[in-house]
Formats: sequence, structure tokens, C-alpha cells
Amino acid sequence: MENFLKRLLRLVPVLIGISLIVFLMISLTPGDPVQIMLGDQFVTAEMEQALRKDMGLDLPIYKRFGYFLYNASHGNFGRSFFHRRPVMDVILERLPATIELTLCSMLMAIFVSIPLGVLSAVKKGTVYDRSSVVTAMLGVSMPGFWFGIILIIIFSINLQWLPVSGRSTFSMSVPSVTGMLLIDTLLAGEIGSFIDAVKHLILPTITLGMAMGATLMQVTRASMMEVLRQDYILFAEAKGLKWFRVTFLHALKNALIPTITVAAIQTGQLLGGNMIIETIFGWPGVGSLVVQAIFNRNYPLVQAAVLIYVLIYVIMNFTADILYTVLNPRVRL
Amino acid sequence: MKITNTIPSDNISEINGDKIDPSEEKTVSLFSINMNNFLSNRLAVVASLIVIFAVIVSIFSPFFAMHDPNKTDLFIRLQPPAWMEGGDWAHPLGADHLGRDILSRIIFGTRVSIAVGFSVIFIATGIGIFTGLIAGYLRGKFDLVISTIVDILLGFPYLIFAIALMAAMGPGFLNIILALVYKEWVIPCRVVRGETLVVKEIEYVEAAQAIGASKLHIMLKEILPNILSPVIVVATTRMATVIILESSLSFLGLGIQPPTASWGNMVADGREFMLEAWWVSTFAGIAILILVLSMNIASLGLRDAFDPRFSET
Repeated sequence: MENFLKRLLRLVPVLIGISLIVFLMISLTPGDPVQIMLGDQFVTAEMEQALRKDMGLDLPIYKRFGYFLYNASHGNFGRSFFHRRPVMDVILERLPATIELTLCSMLMAIFVSIPLGVLSAVKKGTVYDRSSVVTAMLGVSMPGFWFGIILIIIFSINLQWLPVSGRSTFSMSVPSVTGMLLIDTLLAGEIGSFIDAVKHLILPTITLGMAMGATLMQVTRASMMEVLRQDYILFAEAKGLKWFRVTFLHALKNALIPTITVAAIQTGQLLGGNMIIETIFGWPGVGSLVVQAIFNRNYPLVQAAVLIYVLIYVIMNFTADILYTVLNPRVRL
Repeated sequence: MKITNTIPSDNISEINGDKIDPSEEKTVSLFSINMNNFLSNRLAVVASLIVIFAVIVSIFSPFFAMHDPNKTDLFIRLQPPAWMEGGDWAHPLGADHLGRDILSRIIFGTRVSIAVGFSVIFIATGIGIFTGLIAGYLRGKFDLVISTIVDILLGFPYLIFAIALMAAMGPGFLNIILALVYKEWVIPCRVVRGETLVVKEIEYVEAAQAIGASKLHIMLKEILPNILSPVIVVATTRMATVIILESSLSFLGLGIQPPTASWGNMVADGREFMLEAWWVSTFAGIAILILVLSMNIASLGLRDAFDPRFSET
């Protein structure tokens, strides 16, 4: 518990440092935000001055950082240049789509890679093992943006099995409860819309989850091989326990410790991948929103989204650390 | 093959009761043992040859390319690869939407990937060694400051950090290198710091301290040579990641700007023509895949040979 608190305390300077970097990245960007916001509109010098003051741009930079921290901790990131609405509202509106895609990718990666990794370790050296090692190697070496495009060319354009982009074919009439279409359509009892939503999810989920799945498979395989060498496994076998019991109860339980930790870290990594995958598949989530915002020079939005992404990432890493110690009592923080 | 690791100035001629005639025994360095291990891994050797070939192609791009990579010719717009109907061998992999030869663009794109990969890793490893040695050997305030910065940078997902920084700095070759170096140095730094903490407790470092060697001398001459192999292994492993990041940035339009060919922006070019011309995106992506895969296999081979702590038994 004491260690837990110590770790939590160490997060404080890290979080302040991260906020400072995010703040500086955007604030020191060349280009005057007032000019960007005004665009082509003609305004008098006084009006421009008033706007500058309103946005707090006349303050010295350390004061601006203070305000930024204060406002950010209250969930206030200012107004989007482009949408003319509070940045936070725009992001929250897009968040469910991103969460839906990320969760699906994570679940797919976990449920496909762990069994494959275990099987690979058990059948070490066989053709099956070698081909899954090669596949995993391909999986981590393949650029996600290219893999997504290849999937679209094969499955959407040539075979026409799956849609090219978006979340749904028709604008959904189901009431938004969670914002996640898979759940909302089921709640509304619309099976047709549900299947439609699933079809839209398949390709982006595979693309986003591939790298994570490949990494998890490698980790599971390696740690499973390590565990299977241990004396207690030999002992369990010597006791005459069934192969299935030894592999899945005795060995897997211990082998999963590194896998779970890596899974938590990788889920954080999915956030970065999101930006690219959402852009390719026209997925209306936060990732594609940020990429658009960068090109629209909509800096308050970029700033807010990056900070939110980083916060989630830090929390995921922290969870990974804690999980690792909880699952593996031999390790002390 | 018999390899013995004998110490030249040693007069022990009897090991485990076996008589050894020193004149018959060749002294073999640890490096050549490791190198032999590496060379016996055929897959890794082939992969390294591919990487070396890519480096040669990137240096001598104009000799390999049949066409000017930026020359547009609207008559051959979206011309398919040679083996397909409508293709010809003057443009083996076809042409893009502006009628530029895809193979030539891929060849010139090698330059960007190799140049970014090598420069980022080279600079980042240099910074990482320097900061890691200071943090690990001097400890105290230096360590606190460096470790805090490292912790903060580790808090950023890599791609998001790079995307945000490129958005702020604007696109361009130098900016990509900067944006990636800002984050990449953390990885060698952590490795060097960790290794230094171990090595500095070993007797030869204590001996150097005892005879009054300067701190700089100890760091560079006593510690550094002994921690170099994990550092090199990490550097080769990271290069593949850096190349993927560069191509991702260029794909998003934040990296290398057209008309300069980079594999990332070539894939992006082809995105709009997926319906009628699959070849524009596909081949540039295959180039990335081959290079990154080869680098991963080669670095895994290096790791197994030179840093046996990681190797699978």
C-alpha cells in the first residue's frame, strides 16, 4: 500500500511535465491563433485586440500555462476554432466511437493471440509453431496504414463483402444510450442495424488490433515456454495430472502475468494507432478528429485531445505496473 | 569447430587436467565467437543482406532508378504493372496518378527511410549514451533530473508525441528527425543507465577510481566499452520502429512532403485511387514491410548472438 502511494506520488511531476510539453508544443507553434481563428473575416484592430485578450493571449507565457493547467483540470480546454463550440463537447461526442473500436481491437487481440501463443509454446518447433512465429513477425513489421488499405482493396473493393468506411450504412435511428453502436442497436432490438454495425467494425478492428495481437502472441509464447520448463510443471506432470489441466491451469496462470502487463501497455499504444486507422476507414472518432484539426490548425482541439490521450496512456501504464505486482507477488514495487 | 577463450598472458597450460599446448590454441575474441553465432543463423544473415542492399540502393538511387522519380507523364497515368494488361516493362510496377514511375519512386523512397532511420538512431543513441552514463554513474541530482525527463517522455504514446510535434513544427525532413529524436533518446538512455548501475560496481571500475582516473575517463574508457553490446542491440531493434513511424507521419501528410517520394506518402497517394489502381499503394507498402521485417529479423539475430541474456534456449 505504501509502495502504491509512492508510485502514485511519482506520477505528479510526470503529469505536470506532460502538461507543460503539450502546452508548449501548441503555444510555441508558429502562426498567430487569433489570425487563424478569424480566417478571412475582416475585423478592426480593436476587435482583434479584444479577442486576443479574451483568449488570454496577452498574458505572459507562465501565466497562460497556469490558466491552462487550472482549466484543464476542470475539463475546460477552451473553444474549438473550427466548430465554435467548447472543445470538450466536440471530443466527448466523438469519444464513444473511438472507445468502441479500441475495445473491440483489444478484445480481438487478446482472445486470438493468447490461445495461439499457448499452442505455439506447447507445440514448440513444429510447423505450426514456426508459421505462427513468422505470422507474428509479419504482424509487428506491417505498417498499420498500409495493412488497412490492403484489406479495403481485397474485402471491400474486390470481394465487396464489407463496407469501405464509416460506422453505419444508413444514419442510425436507434436512440443513443452509450454512443456505442453495437450496444445501442441491441438495446433498441434492431438486429439489422446491429449486423450493419458489426460489418463496419470488422476491418478497422483487425487493422488496429493486428500489431497488438502479434506482440501479445510473442509474449505469451515466450513466457509459456519459460513456465513449461519449471520444476513445478514437471512435478504436476509426474503426479499424473492430465495434459490439459497442467497446460491450462498450472502453466497458463503463471504465463499470463507478462501477457497481461504487456496488454495494458499495448492498449495505450492503440490510442496512437487510432489516429491513423480512423483516418483510413473514415471512422468518426477522436483520432480522425485530431488529424483533421491539425490540418485546420484547430490547436485548442489538438491540445485537448493529445492531453486526454496521454492521460489515458499514463493511467494504462500505471495499471500495468500495479497489475504486475499484484499478479506476481515476488516483485516488489 | 573448437573455440577456446584463452587469455594471452596466461601461463596456465593445464585446464581440468587436460594438457594444452599454448602454441596450438588460437586465441579467439568474444566478438568473433558472437559473430560466428550470428553467421550461423542463416535467416538473420539473409535479412542483414537485404538491409545492406537497401542501404546501397539508398546511396546510389540514381543508378538503380530507370526514371526520374518526379517526372510526370499523364499519358501513362495509373498504368498497371508490367504483367497486367496495359502495362509495359518500361514501368515494371506501373505508374501513379501523375504518371510517375512507381519503381523509381520506391527506389528513391529508400533514401528517406534509410536516412531517417539511421540519423534518428545515431543521434538518439549518442544522446542516450551521454545522458545514461551521467545519470547512472554520477547519480544524485543529475540522475533525478534525467530520470524525471525520461519518465515524462515515456508518458507519451510514441506516435501521438510525434504527430503533435510535427503538427507544431510543420512538416519536413529535418523536423521528422528532430521530432523522433526528442522521444527516441529515452530508450538508449534507460538501457545505458541500467547497465552503468551494474557495471560501476565491478572491480575494474573500482580499480580505476583507486588510481585516480577522472570521472570522464571512467565513464568513457572503463564503463562505455563494456556496456556497448546491449546498446547496439537496442539501437538495431529500434531502427525498424523509427522507419515505421516516419512512414506513418508521411502517410498522414505530416512528414515528407510531395513531390519528394517517401514510402509513406506513396501509400497515401494511392489511397484515393484504391478503386481503379491498387498498385499505387500496394508496392510502397511492400517495400516498407520487407525492410522492416528484415531489420526485425536481423536485430533478433544480433540480439541472440551478442546479448545471450535474451536468447531463447
